Amino acid sequence: MNLLLPETGLLFWMTLIFAIVFFLLAKFGFPVITGMVDKRTKKIDEALAAAKEADERLASLTKEQERVIEQTNSECARLIQEAAAQREQMVEQARAQAAREADRILAQARETISQEKEAAMRDLRREVASLSLTIAESILRKDLSSDTSQRELAGKLLDEMGKISLKS
Amino acid sequence: MRTKIFILVATLFFALTCFGKEHGSPAAEGPAVDVASILFGHIGDSYGWHITDWKGEHISIPLPCIVRSSTGWHMFSSSKIEHSHQYEGLYIATEGRYADKIVETLPDGTISRPFDISITKNVCSLMVSAIILLVLILSTARWYRRHDAENQAPGGIAKFMEPLITAINDSLVKENIGKDYRKYSPYLLTAFFFILLNNLLGIVPFFPGGANVTGNIAITLVLALCTFIAVNLFGNKHYWKDIFWPDVPLFLKFPIPLIQIIEIFGIFTKPFSLMVRLFANILAGHAMILGLVSVIFITAKMGPVICGSMTVVTMLFGVFMDCLELLVAFLQAYVFTMLSAVFIGMSREEAH
Repeated sequence: MNLLLPETGLLFWMTLIFAIVFFLLAKFGFPVITGMVDKRTKKIDEALAAAKEADERLASLTKEQERVIEQTNSECARLIQEAAAQREQMVEQARAQAAREADRILAQARETISQEKEAAMRDLRREVASLSLTIAESILRKDLSSDTSQRELAGKLLDEMGKISLKS
Repeated sequence: MRTKIFILVATLFFALTCFGKEHGSPAAEGPAVDVASILFGHIGDSYGWHITDWKGEHISIPLPCIVRSSTGWHMFSSSKIEHSHQYEGLYIATEGRYADKIVETLPDGTISRPFDISITKNVCSLMVSAIILLVLILSTARWYRRHDAENQAPGGIAKFMEPLITAINDSLVKENIGKDYRKYSPYLLTAFFFILLNNLLGIVPFFPGGANVTGNIAITLVLALCTFIAVNLFGNKHYWKDIFWPDVPLFLKFPIPLIQIIEIFGIFTKPFSLMVRLFANILAGHAMILGLVSVIFITAKMGPVICGSMTVVTMLFGVFMDCLELLVAFLQAYVFTMLSAVFIGMSREEAH
């Protein structure tokens, strides 16, 4: 039957047209398109890989950051504790020193007081002795006839003594 | 349910309106409808592109005839030899072995067929589809040249073509051929789009479609031959070893080369099946739709009632067939490409 027999003319034209179409498309058509699509696919794959890597790096950085913060916090706490201890120690020291100093000053003052007191006592004793001598002299000088006059004399002498001691 | 009622009502309506005009109908007097000649006229090739009949006149596009007869080369318009006219001793045979082809009568009275490379309807349709295909693919390629496609989503025509091309390239070519698929993808993609476009143009019922291109054995023969060349020209050692010294018991291949004969036969049956499958599927589709349309004209003789109701029925079937043909157009292009890729993949398979 005619339908099953290929026509020469049609075979010729089909071969020619298909060859031209194939040549043009294989040279300027499909490779350009598929090449570009492949390139883009590759690029997208690369970008995805890079994004994944960046993500991982970010995660590790965050971890590192956390670690550093924790370290810093503990360091900070340690420093504060240390500072507190030091302060405590210094205060203690200062207090002890102050106490010692106070003790020393008190002791010194006590000593000074006792020395002063002794000196005063010595002075007083000397004064009393000289006064006693003066009184005795005066008594001896005056006539001690009566009690009244003796008393008057004693009073007078005491007044005098008072004036002398006030003057001196 | 609603659709069924609609169809029934439409059928009855047509039948009744036709019934009213029955007495004045002139159809009964016309000549009998020659379905066979309509059918073969449409699915075969022709020298002019017949578009329609208008008031008894043939309206057709004349195409150039290029013939080398015993008197040398002749080139003329197909309109010169229409209606059994003779031009420079050449005419279209009406019967016999060369029916509907240009022949010449030699001096001794025998009818001979000259060497004929006329631009026939199919060749013209091929050229149209080739131009459409070239424009489509090259303009897509141009988009990629003009744009930074690495950093830009496809736009314009590339937006439409890229998914198609990558789908075929990835799911058929890469999948079946394997690692060096790049060498074959231009051929397989060209074959796919060429077949698809011609199939689709064949479904369009008016110019420049309607020619039965991929349903012509010459076209599918060339395509199958291309696959045959692609398979056998680049087949590797393992492929040829499997044909001439396959891993089967010795008695099957030694004194009598039984397996070898089968294998060599197989080399030719594979592309042959490709050729026949595409040809037969598209031819059958065209024949089915034409047959359905012819039913309307055949039943015109049988009275308006039958004609009217049959018109509705055939219209519905025709719509269904056209949808089916759309599917077949894609499917056959897909199958041809896929099997070509499978055969090529088999010829490139490494020994395991």
